[in-house]
Amino acid sequence: MQHKVIDAKEVVIRFTGDSGDGMQLTGTLFADASALFGNDVSTFPDFPAEIRAPQGTVSGVSGFQVNIGSREINTPGDFCDVLVAMNPAALKANAKWAKPTATIILDEDTFDEKGILKAGFKTMDPVKELKIEDRQIVYAAITSLTKESLKDSGLDPKAVLRCKNMFTLGMCFYMFNRPLESTFAYIDKKFRKKPEIAEANKKALKDGFNYASNIQAIPNTYIIQPAKLEKGIYRNINGNQATAWGLIAASEKSGRPLFCGSYPITPATSILEELALRKDLGVKTLQCEDEISGICTAIGAAYAGNFAVTTTSGPGFSLKTEALGLAMITELPLVVVDVQRSGPSTGIPTKTEQTDLNQALYGRNGECPVAVIAAHSPSHCFEAAFYAGKYAMEHMMPVILLSEGFLGNGSEPWKIPSMKDFPDIKPPIITTPEETPFWPFKRDPETMVRRWALPGSIGLEHRVGGLEKNNNGAVSSDPLVHERMVEEREEKVRRLANFIPEQKVIGEEKGEVLIVGWGGTFGHLYTAVKEFHEQGKSVSLAHFDYIFPLPKNTGEIFSNFKKIIVCELNNGQFANYLRTQYQQFHYYQCNKVQGQPFIVKEIVDAVNAIL
Amino acid sequence: MELKYTPQDFKSNQEVKWCPGCGDHAVLASVQRAMPDICEALNYTRERFVFVSGIGCSSRFPYYMNTYGFHGIHGRASAISTGVKVANPYLTVWQITGDGDALAIGGNHFIHAIRRNIDINIILFNNQIYGLTKGQYSPTSKLGMVTKTSPYGTVEHPFNPGELVLGARGTFFARSLDVELKLTQDIMVESAKHDGTSVTEILVNCVIFNDKTHATISDKETRAERTIILKHGEPMIFGKNRDKGLILVGRKLKVVKIGEGGITEKDILIHDAEEENPGLHSMLINMKYPEFPVALGVIRSVKDKTYDDNVRDQVIDVKEHAQIHSVDELLHSGSTWEIK
Repeated sequence: MQHKVIDAKEVVIRFTGDSGDGMQLTGTLFADASALFGNDVSTFPDFPAEIRAPQGTVSGVSGFQVNIGSREINTPGDFCDVLVAMNPAALKANAKWAKPTATIILDEDTFDEKGILKAGFKTMDPVKELKIEDRQIVYAAITSLTKESLKDSGLDPKAVLRCKNMFTLGMCFYMFNRPLESTFAYIDKKFRKKPEIAEANKKALKDGFNYASNIQAIPNTYIIQPAKLEKGIYRNINGNQATAWGLIAASEKSGRPLFCGSYPITPATSILEELALRKDLGVKTLQCEDEISGICTAIGAAYAGNFAVTTTSGPGFSLKTEALGLAMITELPLVVVDVQRSGPSTGIPTKTEQTDLNQALYGRNGECPVAVIAAHSPSHCFEAAFYAGKYAMEHMMPVILLSEGFLGNGSEPWKIPSMKDFPDIKPPIITTPEETPFWPFKRDPETMVRRWALPGSIGLEHRVGGLEKNNNGAVSSDPLVHERMVEEREEKVRRLANFIPEQKVIGEEKGEVLIVGWGGTFGHLYTAVKEFHEQGKSVSLAHFDYIFPLPKNTGEIFSNFKKIIVCELNNGQFANYLRTQYQQFHYYQCNKVQGQPFIVKEIVDAVNAIL
Repeated sequence: MELKYTPQDFKSNQEVKWCPGCGDHAVLASVQRAMPDICEALNYTRERFVFVSGIGCSSRFPYYMNTYGFHGIHGRASAISTGVKVANPYLTVWQITGDGDALAIGGNHFIHAIRRNIDINIILFNNQIYGLTKGQYSPTSKLGMVTKTSPYGTVEHPFNPGELVLGARGTFFARSLDVELKLTQDIMVESAKHDGTSVTEILVNCVIFNDKTHATISDKETRAERTIILKHGEPMIFGKNRDKGLILVGRKLKVVKIGEGGITEKDILIHDAEEENPGLHSMLINMKYPEFPVALGVIRSVKDKTYDDNVRDQVIDVKEHAQIHSVDELLHSGSTWEIK
């Protein structure tokens, strides 16, 4: 076979296998090594809800896609150049993601009669059945080669098989000219207390690398030059880690201790896990008995003067609804993080979606407007969480931060910012009386914000609660007092628009089509817009981080385009919201509700249809 | 600074809106009377007090206290007060709740607060009825009770709140009657002194929807015969003439008359609230009239580490060995690389 060295700008690799095959780790290590090498990287873990679904079946297939490039990378890629399938089920579930030119690496050992039948193939020739004969298929006996590689390791057969993924990773490292050192270091650290396992993993990795370089079966190897990224110190970060760290940053800048009340729920749990690690920075986490307790402990902590947060996903957010109204009427700072997943109800718990927007905007009893901010990339979660905290504390109100499974689990290299470049956070704390008795709902006339009187302060004793009150804190059911307080609370949220940044447009400020998006679809929409620009087409992008209130220049931007198309991973929730806010415009829609991110082509096609 | 408080210092300017004759008035008075004693015993000042409540008649309580207060939502008082205490352990947190609030809609939060042994003081107003919604049965309503939602009588067995407290590994449980103002006041001081979750069940009368529900034991004429006030280290003696007591026969409690059948005061059980084994406490909590007197006073008060102590100790311990001291250091932790 002719061996080619391809100098590529961008390559997508998809690792797939059984849930127990360690594909998430393999993909992560490949992404880390590529980032360290200097490539730009974007990742997309795509895994089932079951921890270990029946072995060898399609429902148990776990995947991890990595896009690496010598240029700017904004999405994990639509289709892959290299597909690794550790068993027939993985091939069956993922063949559709392989480009026509793709190389497909299969673990030959698993393609026996039993494995092929378990995957649900009708014939004994999966490649033919899937009509992928024209792809470059590499049959490698990964299982037996790993066994052979580790026959003297002293490990039991089960432990040996667990090193299959390292053998595979070694093969990929050869194909993509990745150095092995960073992965060696990772393995040494991870198995610090089990040196024999560390040695076995390292040997499998090395032998996989050597095997790939020795056989003639690998058709292509790739050179992906380091990307021309901005100078600076970089690290890899996923969205949930960035969210956790952004919250800690807001705590540090405000001087308010961070309290997180939360209940484990996919795909938000790792925020709680990350925060629980950070006792060194004084973070307090309380793993509650349920979602309601998560938000209610946070509300109590906010009353007592902490920067309080609660983290969840859609179903948990539903449970927190009543208490969110309590935080709103008591006018306490609180950040509610919703890492959205596919719904309704339990839906597809590990798959991404943007279907909680309506819930965030409207899902409460009474007149209860709550600020909504959305993160647009894994690393942007840091900034989004920081500003959610800043606005919650400075404006004395709950703020909903919408993230998505796609962002929470996805990762990318991130130029590490310096905290000195972030603004101070100055909550309106009061510790000595300015009037007697203290009026808890006296407002700053400019911002409508009330003061945060911390329990423990002499002379500021006061009561708040879910009952309507007058500005002096007295319970009131006076119709006009109620109406005025409703207005004052809403006006406070609306005036946040005076503090958030103006909306930016990517591309021309005036033109034919404006793509409108929000949240985790940014990378795909941005990539689509770049494609249009390369073709000289007049297509721009307005991607919203601030959902409620909207930036003040939103209407002006919209008025500069002939057509507006709102692209989102739901059935039109943002489009419908814009219809209520800016009724004078017509909104086209591009929607997808499959639990999967957009494919750039879907956006391009939708825009072309109206161009 | 030497501060002497009076009950008046703890009365807010809000008009108390409970029904005339409601047992809650008496509890409010007892708590307000206890506050100066608590401040003196523990060297507390008023601004350290936070009263948290859920929803129900009793949950209006924080508005009537001139302290920090938080009137929450139905059932969630335990969660809110947990958050207040963990956020600022310097505060002394008091939770006002009812039999519906704590044991029905808030049952989960209630048992988990107790399990964690967070240093909060829960006062559970038990009137065996939903009052604010105008008369539906509650989780403590007697079996067969006729209410608006049980027109043919309830078919549910009631909870005994003390049993729940023990089941949740509670460290402090006391019981009083609304009409026993001084006893309630004394229990409040004991519960404040206790480190960890304290639960005080107060049997209160709902004059409108469940009048005289506790009358069998709370009537002045018969109260001494039908209740027993337990005191740590003292014999379990009761009765108008203090002539009755409790002894153990086999594994069961028995009421005996002192001076009859050779029983002397020496045979009577001595109350040990500090005994960790909850066996006897459970029997005392479950005593029902007419077979037994109903137990009042501090039934259980055992020492254990509190949640807030454990959190504080863990933070101190981790901070001592910390490699990361700021967000900038955090951002640079782990693998990083430089692009030049």
